[in-house]
Amino acid sequence: MRHSPGRARRFTRALPLTPAVVLILLFLAGPIAYCVYIAFTDLQLTGQAHSSFVGFANFRRAFRDSEFINAVWLTLVFTVLSSLVGQNTLGLALAALMKRASKPVRTITGAVVVTAWVLPEVVAGFLLYAFFRREGTLNAVLDWLHLPRQNWLFTLPVLAVSFANVWRGTAFSMLVYSAALDEIPAEITEAAEVDGAGGWRRMWHVTLPMIRRSIATNLMLNTLQTLSVFGLIWVMTRGGPGNKSQTLPLFMYEQAFQNSMIGYGTAVALLLLLVGSLFSVVYLRLLRTEV
Amino acid sequence: MPRKHTSRRLAADLALLAVTAAFALPLAWVVLSAVDPHAGLRVRIPDGLTWANFHAVLTPDITYTPLLNSLILCGGATALTVVCAALAAYPLSRFRSRLNRPFLLAILFATSLPITAVMVPVYALFVRVDLIDTMQGTILFFAASQLPFAIWLMKNFMDGVPKELEEAAWTDGASSPQSLVRIVLPLMGPGLAVVTVFSFVMMWGNFFVPFMLLLTPDEMPASVSINDFFGNRGMVAYGQLAAFSVIYSTPVILLYVLVARRLGGGFALGGAVKG
Repeated sequence: MRHSPGRARRFTRALPLTPAVVLILLFLAGPIAYCVYIAFTDLQLTGQAHSSFVGFANFRRAFRDSEFINAVWLTLVFTVLSSLVGQNTLGLALAALMKRASKPVRTITGAVVVTAWVLPEVVAGFLLYAFFRREGTLNAVLDWLHLPRQNWLFTLPVLAVSFANVWRGTAFSMLVYSAALDEIPAEITEAAEVDGAGGWRRMWHVTLPMIRRSIATNLMLNTLQTLSVFGLIWVMTRGGPGNKSQTLPLFMYEQAFQNSMIGYGTAVALLLLLVGSLFSVVYLRLLRTEV
Repeated sequence: MPRKHTSRRLAADLALLAVTAAFALPLAWVVLSAVDPHAGLRVRIPDGLTWANFHAVLTPDITYTPLLNSLILCGGATALTVVCAALAAYPLSRFRSRLNRPFLLAILFATSLPITAVMVPVYALFVRVDLIDTMQGTILFFAASQLPFAIWLMKNFMDGVPKELEEAAWTDGASSPQSLVRIVLPLMGPGLAVVTVFSFVMMWGNFFVPFMLLLTPDEMPASVSINDFFGNRGMVAYGQLAAFSVIYSTPVILLYVLVARRLGGGFALGGAVKG
C-alpha cells in the first residue's frame, strides 16, 4: 500500500529502538566482548598493575585443572538430574494428571507448585536448606517412615541441590505442558480411546508426538536456566563440602574472587557462555518458523 | 464408563495430592516457623502463636532499608526496561524492515544466554568505569539484562493490537509517537502489566547481580541482606529468618497472583515457549 519509505523516514522509524539498543550494547554485549578479551589475559584482582595477553593459557589450564573437571562433571549431573529428568518429567506428569483431576485438587497443586517457582531464589534456597539439614524436615519424615536418615547436605550435596532445583523449577514445565496439552484436539484423544488404546499407549503414541515441539523448547529453556543457577546452590552449600556441589558458576566465582584470578574465572565464564550459546542456537532453530 | 472415569479421577487426585504435599513441606516450614516462638529447622505445629519474630525483624536495619533498596533497584530498572522495550517494540511490530528478523533473532538469542556467566566480566568492567557499588550502575545492568525478553514479549503483545485503529488516527494527523502513547499502549494494557510485573518479579528475586555489583552494606537489597541472618549475627534465629522471608516474598507472590488471574496460568511464557 504505502510506498517504500525513504532513507530519512526509515531512520526516523528506527529511532525508538535506540535507547534499548544502546543499553544492550553497553551493558550486555559490551561485557560479553570484554569477557572474550580478558579470558585471554592473566588479569588479577590485586597486586598487579598491568595484565598481559596469555593466549589460550587459561583454557589449557582449565582442562588440566582437576577442580574444573570436577565442576564440569557436577554441572552435568546437576543439569541432567534436575532439569532433564526432574523438572521436565515431573512437569509433564503433573500437567497430564491435572487434566484428569478434580478442580479443587488441580487448583491446590497449581498454587503450591507455582508458589515455589515465584519465591525469590535466596528464600527458596533457605527453605530447602532447612528441609535437607540433619535436623531438618526430610529426616523427620524419614524417621516417621522408619527409613534410614542421612546428613543430606554433607553426604549427597549434589542430590540435595538437584532436588532443590526441581522443587523450584518444575512449575515452568508444568505450565508449558498444561498449555500444550490443552491444544490437543479432544477428537484425537477420543478416537484413540475408541480404538482401544490404553492410557500409556495413548501417551506414547498420540500425546507425546503431538507435543514434541513443546518438549524440545521446554528442555532447551530448562537446561539454560539450570546452567546458570548460582544463588540456590550458594545458599544451600556454598559449593561444599569441599567442592562436592561446586558447579561451574560457583567455580567461576571462586576462581575470580576468592582466588583473585579474574582472567581464569572469565575463561570459565566464556566456556559457560559458549555452551549456553550452543543451546540457544538449537532453541532458535526449533522456533525458526515463528519469527 | 462413568465409574471408570470416577476411579481414574480419584487416582489422579491422590497422585497429585502426594506430590503437592512434598512440594508444600518446605513452604509450610517458612509459614509455621514465622509465628513459632521456638522455631527450629523442622516443620512442626507451633505450640504457641507469636508475632515476636515479625517484631524483631521489622526494624530499619533488618527490613525497611533492604526492602527500600530492593524497591529502588527493581522499580528503577523495571521502569527503564518497560519504557525502552515499549519504544523498541513499536517499530518492530508496526513497520516492515529487512532488519526486523535478524534483530528479533538476536534478541531471542540473548534471551537464553546464561547471564550468570557474564557477571565476572561485568564486575571487572564496572571497576574500570567506576560504576561498581553504585545503584545506577546496578539498575542499568539489570535493565539491559531484562531487555531482550521484555522486548520480545512486548512485541508479541503489540502485534495483537490491530493496525487499523492506528491507521485511522494517522489519517486524522496523529504522529507515530502520539498513536503509540494514545492508542497502542492503552489497548495493550494487560500486556504492559505482564511485562512490568514479570520484569519486577525477576529482579526482586535476583541474588547474583546485586551480590556482585554492590559492596556497601547500606545499599544491599533484601535478596542479599537476607544472608546476614547467617554468619554475622552468630546463632541463626530461624523464626526471624522465616518471618523476614515471608515479608520479602509476599509482594512478588501478590503481584504474580494479580497478573496471573487476569491472564491465565502461563502468562509469563508469552511468546517465548510457543511450540
